[in-house]
Amino acid sequence: MTKGQRAIALAMAAAVTAAAGSALAEEPKRGGTANVVIQPEPPGLIMGLWQNAPTQMVAGNIYESLLKYDQELNPLPSLATEWEVNDDGTVYTFHLKDNVLWHDGEPMTADDVVFSVTDFLAETHPRLRVSLEHVENVEALDDHTVQFTLKQPFGPFMGIFEVGSMPITPKHIYEGTNFQDNPANNHPIGTGPFKFAEWERGSHIHLVRNEDYHVEGLPYLDEVYWHVIPDGASRAVAYENGDVDVLPGGSVENFDVARLSELPNTCITGGGWEYFSPMAWMWLNNREGPLADKRVRQAVLYSIDREFARDAIWNGLGEVPTGPVSSKVRFYEPDVPRYDYDPDKARELLEEAGYDGEEIRMLPLPYGETWQRWAEAVRQNMQEAGFNVSMEATDVGGWNQRLGDWDYDMAFTYLYQYGDPALGVTRNYISSNIAKGSQWNNVQGYEDERVDELADEGAVAFPDEKRQEIYSEMQKIIVEDAPIAWLLEIEFPTIYRCDMKDLIQTAIGVNDGFGDAWLDR
Amino acid sequence: MRDFWKRFARNKGAVIGLGILIAVVLLAALAPLLYPDSPWRMVQRPFLPPMEMDGFWFGTDTLGRDIGAGLAHGARISLLVGIVSTLVALSIGVTLGALAGYYGGLLDDALMRFTEFFQTIPNFALAIVLVAIFQPSITSIVMAIAIVSWPPVARLVRGEFLSLRSREFVQASVVIGQSNARIILTQVLPNTLSPVIVMASLMVATAILLESSLSFLGLGDPNHMSWGYMIGAARTVLRQAWWMSFFPGIAILLTVLALNLVGEGLNDALNPRLARKGR
Repeated sequence: MTKGQRAIALAMAAAVTAAAGSALAEEPKRGGTANVVIQPEPPGLIMGLWQNAPTQMVAGNIYESLLKYDQELNPLPSLATEWEVNDDGTVYTFHLKDNVLWHDGEPMTADDVVFSVTDFLAETHPRLRVSLEHVENVEALDDHTVQFTLKQPFGPFMGIFEVGSMPITPKHIYEGTNFQDNPANNHPIGTGPFKFAEWERGSHIHLVRNEDYHVEGLPYLDEVYWHVIPDGASRAVAYENGDVDVLPGGSVENFDVARLSELPNTCITGGGWEYFSPMAWMWLNNREGPLADKRVRQAVLYSIDREFARDAIWNGLGEVPTGPVSSKVRFYEPDVPRYDYDPDKARELLEEAGYDGEEIRMLPLPYGETWQRWAEAVRQNMQEAGFNVSMEATDVGGWNQRLGDWDYDMAFTYLYQYGDPALGVTRNYISSNIAKGSQWNNVQGYEDERVDELADEGAVAFPDEKRQEIYSEMQKIIVEDAPIAWLLEIEFPTIYRCDMKDLIQTAIGVNDGFGDAWLDR
Repeated sequence: MRDFWKRFARNKGAVIGLGILIAVVLLAALAPLLYPDSPWRMVQRPFLPPMEMDGFWFGTDTLGRDIGAGLAHGARISLLVGIVSTLVALSIGVTLGALAGYYGGLLDDALMRFTEFFQTIPNFALAIVLVAIFQPSITSIVMAIAIVSWPPVARLVRGEFLSLRSREFVQASVVIGQSNARIILTQVLPNTLSPVIVMASLMVATAILLESSLSFLGLGDPNHMSWGYMIGAARTVLRQAWWMSFFPGIAILLTVLALNLVGEGLNDALNPRLARKGR
């Protein structure tokens, strides 16, 4: 038995014991401390002001929204216990819990919700603002009932009540103040299971149990420490030493994940990213050069061994996408043309298109080793199929600028899809979203009238069956045209001690995970 | 020539160094025959340890690329960068040093202050900045290394020129009416060559190290496999896969060591009066 095998055997034994233990004692235990890595240090903890990933991860345990979502993206009650939609999908009524207190003791009411949506977030949250354009009016019917009236049906509406998208913010603190400069910004006040206690910059953020939490008995943990450790290798060592119990997705290099997951009492999951459903792809410049030809773009997709990259670089986590919509997002259509790895087919297409070996410039994503290796593998795949690819090294600034100026042939990226095509997919394919200066719009310059129409219709169609029909047609057209090369539905691995139970319960994972988590120690 | 070789061979280390160097040059020259495939090609399963499979004596890296192929093709890049950047540095350094040393006066002052300007900036930091500004590519790396390594050459050549220009044979050339250019090129310069050659051999070694360090930091040419790149790419898996960084590390060590030994041998051979006793 080699050392590695022994480690696996131990881990499996630990897993078996843990499973047996949980079968005997399903009852969660109270108490304990969770030590978690946060990378990088967040710019601030007021969730409505900062949409950065690290802010979301910490503050998602301090703030709450009207709903949560399970890992199939079905809505779950949070601040709202019940909700109704009228027959034509334009009036949404939410009934709020009546025992919710802010962390400073004030009661939370429907006025706070209205203030958050119409005043606070409308000013500070660009992504929510886009969704709110469909909203005619928000009003508090009484202290515990809120009604949203829409101008027309908006399909993804039930999906925007996630805590990072619509964090409910206290009216009594922010009303009439300058939101960005409010002195209370150093001390977030939410309604969530944990209260903010202390933030020592460069070291840690300390959250403590909210004794007055509106769900009886929750949370189980006494406190959560978020540790700021700037170096990837040190983060891995901190886990090995037992200084931290949870490594959220992206906090260690992918090549370290396999080694860490073999440690005893260590579990790994790709779950908890369903709401974001990040998808990685290569922008292909549809405007000029060889990639303006649809057949050459299809050849790119055929030439890449995407399964290999997933297994070798992403530790086998994630799915190879079939098209623009992630399989975890609503209205995904599996019945589309497939681009399985087939270099011969790629060569045929290249010949048919008359590709003459013109150089194609590739920009890797400058986010570390994983992305660099990935670009090298894709370049090699493409060269073996007959492409002439040259990789150009850039830093983050240069990468942003060159994408914004459309000065590239192929470029790696990954974007969130937020559970619904209208929120996170069509933005990359509609022609009205072709504009220089952004890395998040239709950077590839894809134009198709029918896709534009379908994207518009899909957003406002009602009910869901109608939307499925529209989006299915849209996906078939886009996959056939191959405007970009979809590479992977990413699952960032969360590594944690197996005796930390019920950590990943929702579609946003550790972002609101500690409210339910408990320690079996 | 025979004397030269005799004096060179008296230094055992230098002979060993020369042997290693020839082996590295052969490896570089024969790389396309030994490993006809691209070194970037993913040929086996990733993380294959060395000596475990026939034909993959050095194992494979994180993507299943053959480390042996990387070593052979990397040798080409290391030697190419080392030699070309040294030649460029020499051409800058010798020209400026010769002009400053021969003409003296204001020109000397101006050129030496210019040289000092480069000498006061730490080599490696300046090389990083230059490569980062001009985007990493073989050309920008060669230029950056050349730009940071010419000042010592200029200093050395200037010193030699200062001492030689007052010798009788130079004064004689002036008297018989040779032009300045002719005196510099045919009379003085050939006499400065010995120390310059010794220095050049050491500069190649430094250039190889600089290139490796740049690649290690991710500032290498992403289209060419080099030893520094291999180590840089393997450092995240150092604890699982020692061989990925070990072999290219040994390759750099041996090549740089060999160049230094050869440089010392050349010094002994070209400056017999300075050669140390007791060999």
